[in-house]
Amino acid sequence: MISADLIRFTLSSARAHRLRSGLTALGIGIGVTAVVLLTSIGEGLQQYLLREFTQFGTNIISVSPGKASTFGGSMAASFNSTRPLSLGDAEALSRVPFVTHSVGTVQGNAEVEGNGRSRRTMVSGTGPYMPRVWLFAVALGEFLPADEESAPRPFVVLGSKVRDELFGTANPLGERIRVGGSRFRVIGVMESKGTVLGFDMDDAVYIPVLRAFELFNKDGLVDISVLYEESASAEEVVAGIRRMMITRHGGEDFTITTQQQMLDVLGSVLNIVTIAVAGLGGISLLVGGVGIFTIMTIAVRERTSEIGLLRSLGAVRRDVRDIFLGESIMLAALGGVGGVIFGGLIVETTKILVPALPLSYSIPFAIAAETVAILIGLLAGVLPARKAANLDPVDALRTE
Amino acid sequence: MIKLEGLCRDFQVGDQVVHALDHIDLLIRQSEYVSIMGPSGSGKSTLLNILGLLDSPSAGNYWLDDISTASMNDDELASIRQKKIGFVFQSFHLVPRMNAMENIELPMVLAGVLPADRRDKVAAALERVGLTKRADHRPDQLSGGERQRVAIARAIVMQPMILLADEPTGNLDSQSGKEIVDLMEELNNQGLTLIVVTHDPAIGNRAQRMVRMEDGRIKTDIQ
Ligand SMILES: Nc1ncnc2c1ncn2[C@@H]1O[C@H](COP(=O)(O)OP(=O)(O)OP(=O)(O)O)[C@@H](O)[C@H]1O
Ligand SMILES: [Mg+2]
Repeated sequence: MISADLIRFTLSSARAHRLRSGLTALGIGIGVTAVVLLTSIGEGLQQYLLREFTQFGTNIISVSPGKASTFGGSMAASFNSTRPLSLGDAEALSRVPFVTHSVGTVQGNAEVEGNGRSRRTMVSGTGPYMPRVWLFAVALGEFLPADEESAPRPFVVLGSKVRDELFGTANPLGERIRVGGSRFRVIGVMESKGTVLGFDMDDAVYIPVLRAFELFNKDGLVDISVLYEESASAEEVVAGIRRMMITRHGGEDFTITTQQQMLDVLGSVLNIVTIAVAGLGGISLLVGGVGIFTIMTIAVRERTSEIGLLRSLGAVRRDVRDIFLGESIMLAALGGVGGVIFGGLIVETTKILVPALPLSYSIPFAIAAETVAILIGLLAGVLPARKAANLDPVDALRTE
Repeated sequence: MIKLEGLCRDFQVGDQVVHALDHIDLLIRQSEYVSIMGPSGSGKSTLLNILGLLDSPSAGNYWLDDISTASMNDDELASIRQKKIGFVFQSFHLVPRMNAMENIELPMVLAGVLPADRRDKVAAALERVGLTKRADHRPDQLSGGERQRVAIARAIVMQPMILLADEPTGNLDSQSGKEIVDLMEELNNQGLTLIVVTHDPAIGNRAQRMVRMEDGRIKTDIQ
């Protein structure tokens, strides 16, 4: 039997029971739709988070206090021997080869009062090059001046939301406000950046690090972010930073994290999530497989005399097996294609109707779902097809 | 062409053995017209199934064209069924979802004949049984006699040497039954070996050679 004929034959028998075949294929179709939808959510989430991360640019290396063997949960180990990260460290790192800028940061929450209003908000002690490192531009006025880090004047730059809350449309430049009780003068307003990883960049004020140390009574930075030349390799820069820090601290009591590392870890976590979610959808595929098995078992029983006829016409067991296996695979494959298309339609319409949802139709996952559907069709068909192939032709012909 | 020697077919039913065929010796030559008659349960269908290689004997030998069938495997048996043997059944055994043409085409489809090479042969077979106008009718759109003619067309489309018919008129009224027998006799006149199992003496008596079976044995064999 040539394959075109095999396909025609299986299609004709599936068509003979339109409703039944349709429902069986639907079982697989729903499973594939579920896989497509769930993986679209997973992919969408992944892309959303990657986008959030790469907003900052990708050639950033971050140094934080405390030694951690792997990314996450730093600061835990060897607490007592940890020296705080100082502004001097930050300044020294800016001299490491290929490093263009470095920014030390310390953070806290404080009451901000001005123009007769007040708001509790995040206060970020930061350096003059923060806008460059974090790709975060000033919308109005200017950022903290560069040449006075050791004796900074009490200047503050407002996040766009704080500016709106305190000043509305009025010009805040030159206004005096209080941050945590101390007096600061507004010299700039940041552009709106929105939330990044659930962190509202606009609901914050930015003051010099030393002022923040005073305000929060701290003496160490929580993070030094380093921007390096795009042409340089991350490993080289990391090595330079490590050398510099060890020279200054006398030991490795800090953690270096590259943006790429963060992206990699994030990516692999999200991949696991997506695959797990695809597995959930796979369960409904399995249910569809049981449906195919049931229908194929019934079909073999109903078509017993046809099997006998085919054998009398010269079909070998293999032909009979192929016919039923082919039908089972075809039902699954057609259902799968339906699911891929239907799932795609749902994803695309949802994206239009609710643009905020992070959905992304993943073609590799759609192909994987279709492949799994076909495999399930194959598996579900094996037993019924074998049963059909092993029927005795005389007995089969006698069955009505 | 067909040679049976001491052929037996036993069936185990519970703890009893049924001797459906009990030491059959039979010689059938090319282009013979043989009817097989006998009471129900005498082994006629069993014999026909073995002649058609759908079943194999428990003992004895069956030579087809001087080749012993005993040593053949499944694929070889199927291939001989495909090329040399045509079956006609009492209940037609047409595939209900396929039209006359597709039913007739089926043996060639299974044999892997390409569609372009099938068309003419199907048309010729349809013509041969006088159903050219019914080519695209499905079995449920055909009368009993027409269905059996489609079945005959299907049986001869591979140009076999032997036509085996088990009660071919059993489900037909006498007029269409007679037409079916006429058709098969014409085919026999053109050289096809014809073996017909029947209950109907009016049909059985038309054969040149009449084999009568009883209890799995050949009772009489009249030339
Ligand atoms: N698969 C089987 N299992 C057990 N016994 C069988 C089987 N097939 C046939 N027999 C027995 O073999 C004997 C011959 O059966 P067969 O069908 O050849 O008879 P027949 O002459 O064709 O009868 P009828 O005219 O009723 O069709 C019967 O006794 C039947 O019960
Ligand atoms: Mg019988």
